[in-house]
Amino acid sequence: MYYSAANLKVTDPAPALKVQLEDVNIYFGKTHAVKNINMEYPENSVTAIIGPSGCGKSTLLRSMNRMHDLVPSARVTGKILLDNSDIYQKGVDPVSLRRKIGMVFQKPNPFPTMSIYDNVIAGYKLNGRMNRAEADEVVETSLKRVALWDEVKDRLKTNAMNLSGGQQQRLCIARTIAVKPEVILMDEPASALDPISTMKIEELIEELKERYTIIIVTHNMQQAARVSDYTAFLYMGDLIEFGETKKIFTTPEQKQTEDYITGRFG
Amino acid sequence: MPPANASTMTAPHPETTVQASTKPKPIAQEKKLSGDLIFRWVTTIFAMSILAILALMLTEMALQSIPAIKQFGLKFVTASEWDAVNGNFGALPYLYGSVVSSVLALALATPLSIGAALFITEICPRGWGSMIAPLVELLAAIPSVIYGLWGVLVMAPWLQSTVEPFLIDHFGALPFFQGAPYGVSMLAAVFILMIMVVPIITSITKEVLMAVPQSQKEAAIALGATRWEMIRIAILPYGRSGILGAAILGLGRAVGETMAVTMVIGNAPQISLSLLSPAYTMPSVIANEFAEASSKLHSAALMEIGLILLLVTLIINAMARLLIWSVSRGSSGGRI
Repeated sequence: MYYSAANLKVTDPAPALKVQLEDVNIYFGKTHAVKNINMEYPENSVTAIIGPSGCGKSTLLRSMNRMHDLVPSARVTGKILLDNSDIYQKGVDPVSLRRKIGMVFQKPNPFPTMSIYDNVIAGYKLNGRMNRAEADEVVETSLKRVALWDEVKDRLKTNAMNLSGGQQQRLCIARTIAVKPEVILMDEPASALDPISTMKIEELIEELKERYTIIIVTHNMQQAARVSDYTAFLYMGDLIEFGETKKIFTTPEQKQTEDYITGRFG
Repeated sequence: MPPANASTMTAPHPETTVQASTKPKPIAQEKKLSGDLIFRWVTTIFAMSILAILALMLTEMALQSIPAIKQFGLKFVTASEWDAVNGNFGALPYLYGSVVSSVLALALATPLSIGAALFITEICPRGWGSMIAPLVELLAAIPSVIYGLWGVLVMAPWLQSTVEPFLIDHFGALPFFQGAPYGVSMLAAVFILMIMVVPIITSITKEVLMAVPQSQKEAAIALGATRWEMIRIAILPYGRSGILGAAILGLGRAVGETMAVTMVIGNAPQISLSLLSPAYTMPSVIANEFAEASSKLHSAALMEIGLILLLVTLIINAMARLLIWSVSRGSSGGRI
């Protein structure tokens, strides 16, 4: 099955493709976790990957910034193209790749020994030397972009763990965008948060897509419907359906998709 | 037949229910002096006896050292003359020797141990860690007299012939490397202590590093950190108080170490800045002089050294446990 978002009937002229997956397979030892996935993500769009637990959605997401490099038993085949060049080809440095493709995790994971300020700048600092003014600038811009600036501007030097869970997650997003990525991967970014914090994160995603291409894994179908332009439904490692979110949630082509969305399983 | 059968079947039931409602079994009365109770008391006594032994030791040592405390007061720890014949006892050289040898050994051993622990937990291929870690811990099980023997027969001559002349030639201008190369010296004690505390610091640091959550490491990696940068921004800060605890536990071991140090330090009660000159430590002087302490004052002075040593190691250990405990229950990591 091959679904291309660009081939769908989009009223605007087809935007440039930022990330493309071609025949992606992921194995852990002998387990075949993700099977033959083909997908394309247009620039400045939000794509949601939905599916029941264990369907391989997080696994797929993590292959896009080569997080599986850390797991010795993991093997990724096929091609993942960022701006038309394969991120798994020889000579690609996964470290600099991850600066282009940032990631936000399920549980907020700020660095507990660092201040709010140092957390935001932690990744950016790895670039090398920078002066004070530059650092201040990056911190302010990043925190403003995640709508956290007004809440924390008076206590930037206090420990990040004093923030609430939702604030911590927005801090983690600020930390990610401080590195100036092009793509942001989000692995169930709101699943550990309360409804109000979740709403804020969703609003944020809406704003962030103006600058970044966002791919979000979620088990919350309403969330997928609210925030995404495109939705992919994964089941047991297979891509069952991929298309415009509106269409997936109203007139899905596959019976399985319909069953999952209407809550018949999953 | 069937009706009779049915009546005999049903008959006992009313009886039993009546019995149960009129005579409820008193549960509390059943209890005798059970094995459970005896077991509880026996274990309580055993556990308390450990505390009692510590308390007894402390009071006994304090009582025994009263003559020295009365005679010298604070001067005991500030004076540096140790003259058993004339009954003049100042313990400063031993204090100095203990502090300097332990602290320097720790300063050398801690980076080494952190490196070893990082190798085991983060760098080495999967599976190797579980092979290397027990070997490191095995080093801690070697009797200290064997370290001492190796130190005095192998290391000290090597220091005398190679290392100390080198230090004198190249760094002789510094006050730390002046004098003749004796071999047995403060330097030898520092080295032997370093080797002896590396296993304990390494194995505790390894536990601390393994307690760093995967989410912290992934946070750093996803920001585009290299392996070293991940260690620097995510792993070491998270484990810092635990690592400090490990180092302090190593310090406790180094301060109390007797046999190996006695064999290589040269046992000269003097305070010298030079690491090449022989020195003396608190445990060493107790071990060396106790058998021949003839006067009451002499043994009281040794007792007082012992008391100081005991208190110092108790405090050091308590601090270390507190730090490690705070890590293992995650308070250093904060709430996540």
